[in-house]
Amino acid sequence: MENRKYHALRWNKASFLVDRKALLAGIILAILFIIVIILSLGLGDVFISPVEVVKAIFKQSTSLNNLVVHSFRFPRILLSALAGMGLAVAGAILQGLVRNPLASPDIIGVTSGASLTTVMFLTFSSSHEASSMNVSIQWLPVASFIGALFMGGLVFLLSRHRFSAIKLVLMGIGLSAGAKALTDLMLIIGPIYLASQSSIWITGSVNGASWSSVVFLFIWSIVFIGLAQILTRRLNAQAFGEKVAVGIGNNLKRDRILLIILSTALAGGAVAYAGAIGFVGLMAPHMARRLVGSSFGSIIPVSALIGGLIVMISDLIGRTVFTPLEIPAGVFTAAIGAPYFIYLLYKTGKWR
Amino acid sequence: MEVMRMDLEAQSITVGYGDDPILEALNLQIPKGKVTVFIGKNGCGKSTLLSTFARLIKPSLGSIVLNGRDIAKTATKKVARDLALLPQGPVAPEGLTILQLVRQGRYPYQNWLNQWSVEDENIIRHALKVTNLEDLSDRPVDSLSGGQRQRAWIAMVLAQNTDILLLDEPTTYLDLAHQMDILDLLFALNRTEKRTIAMVLHDINLACRYADHIVAVGDKKIYAQGAPEDIVTAQLMKDVFQMNAEIIVDPIFGTPMCIPHGRGRNLLKQRQQENTQTERPQSVQ
Repeated sequence: MENRKYHALRWNKASFLVDRKALLAGIILAILFIIVIILSLGLGDVFISPVEVVKAIFKQSTSLNNLVVHSFRFPRILLSALAGMGLAVAGAILQGLVRNPLASPDIIGVTSGASLTTVMFLTFSSSHEASSMNVSIQWLPVASFIGALFMGGLVFLLSRHRFSAIKLVLMGIGLSAGAKALTDLMLIIGPIYLASQSSIWITGSVNGASWSSVVFLFIWSIVFIGLAQILTRRLNAQAFGEKVAVGIGNNLKRDRILLIILSTALAGGAVAYAGAIGFVGLMAPHMARRLVGSSFGSIIPVSALIGGLIVMISDLIGRTVFTPLEIPAGVFTAAIGAPYFIYLLYKTGKWR
Repeated sequence: MEVMRMDLEAQSITVGYGDDPILEALNLQIPKGKVTVFIGKNGCGKSTLLSTFARLIKPSLGSIVLNGRDIAKTATKKVARDLALLPQGPVAPEGLTILQLVRQGRYPYQNWLNQWSVEDENIIRHALKVTNLEDLSDRPVDSLSGGQRQRAWIAMVLAQNTDILLLDEPTTYLDLAHQMDILDLLFALNRTEKRTIAMVLHDINLACRYADHIVAVGDKKIYAQGAPEDIVTAQLMKDVFQMNAEIIVDPIFGTPMCIPHGRGRNLLKQRQQENTQTERPQSVQ
């Protein structure tokens, strides 16, 4: 339609419909995203002005500034952004799949699965005599990732028989509760110093980010967010419910599995490096829906940007406001997220 | 719109398992280019039959054949270009606009590189026009009245541009005026665009007015099928609905009209009783 809201793009056999409002929202958020990155790079124990930050990115500032920006702050900020993006897109996919705005990676057990294997890793890899690790801490993300995928897979497999959205959610809640109990058990029987280290991880912190983890998570996120963007039409179809989806020719079961794999991979990658940062996967897609409506072609990129912003800002507050104490980013996402969740529950009457 | 008519047929299908299937060894051919209505009492399997035709349910025995090909062995996207389904009481995602809803009907023709062709645009414009929704296309579906919302969903299945439309109780939750509105629209689509329509309806009288062909489902099979004038009888009402009824001629359409018995606030009977009571004034209440 040649109207104010949409613009048709066509060349050869390719054709797209661009939602002007979503495009505008995307551009504004992307600009905001860059501003927050530059601000975060400058703020901290050592203050660096935005101009110097930009110089330092290209290694043109003083050697101290270059060092602070490149070695300390940049990897951490990028990791926050990537983790937030991954969690947000994972949440958006789940919300479409189960047709409920209250779904999130926390609910289907991905984060609790990751917490369990992470704490297991920390407990079993430390030697009691030397109170140090036997296995390199480099393997921690791998452990978390395995836990996330295992739990996501288990929840899906158990709810696959006569699949329904509510079944998936309840199965996730049940298995999460079990995983949390096991996690607590590990914390209690394990050495005491591990408990505090573990609890920081469980809350979600991007402290100790390295460039290698940034590179890995970057590739991981680009691949899976890209795939999610390609599959948005199928996600749109699924969001209409089973009958309509089949009616318009959607391959329901195959696409459902594909989308759950995507969502689990994204959330798993994020929690592996940034810990179990809560509520981002819930809030970001919901805010995106408020901004650009309910078409997933717009929701996916916009919620990715919002998710990245939320975690970056949370981490910025966590490491600057309470210095010399450092508060994990997850504390702040939960501080905004929990009331937001309650507000959503209060407002939403539909549980389908 | 150029339409090549399609054949849709159930070949001895059994739906459900064990000793008590929902439908058993059922054969049915949907008449081409006509309006077919499935009737039957609650739980008789008429919705199941429609869902099986629409491949929502897989028959445990037998097959649904669309143009000579088993529907279960045909790519679902290909089937969706020949056969569209409107389930009962569909719900659109919150905040979705009519245009976004109707666009979904183009799903079987699109891929991720081709999401908005000139053909898509023309067919969607046509669907919005015949459903009289052109001016509302940017309104959210959940802000519409029941009748408008149902027309929006019909526009979505029209955008699929299929020969066959299957509708499961398209008039539920609508008041009588909107029921007529929807049925008039569907009938017009059948007559002007020659689309084959098969639907489940609860109201026998409306079914008789709009259907070329009625299929009465009862006892796991088809009890009777044919033109309403030929098959809708007091005996059919008794056998299929287990209900006594008079069949009279609809004063407007001349089609069969069913007047059910039952107790109700029966003024005629009351008057008779009053008469007998005046004869015996002493009788105790």
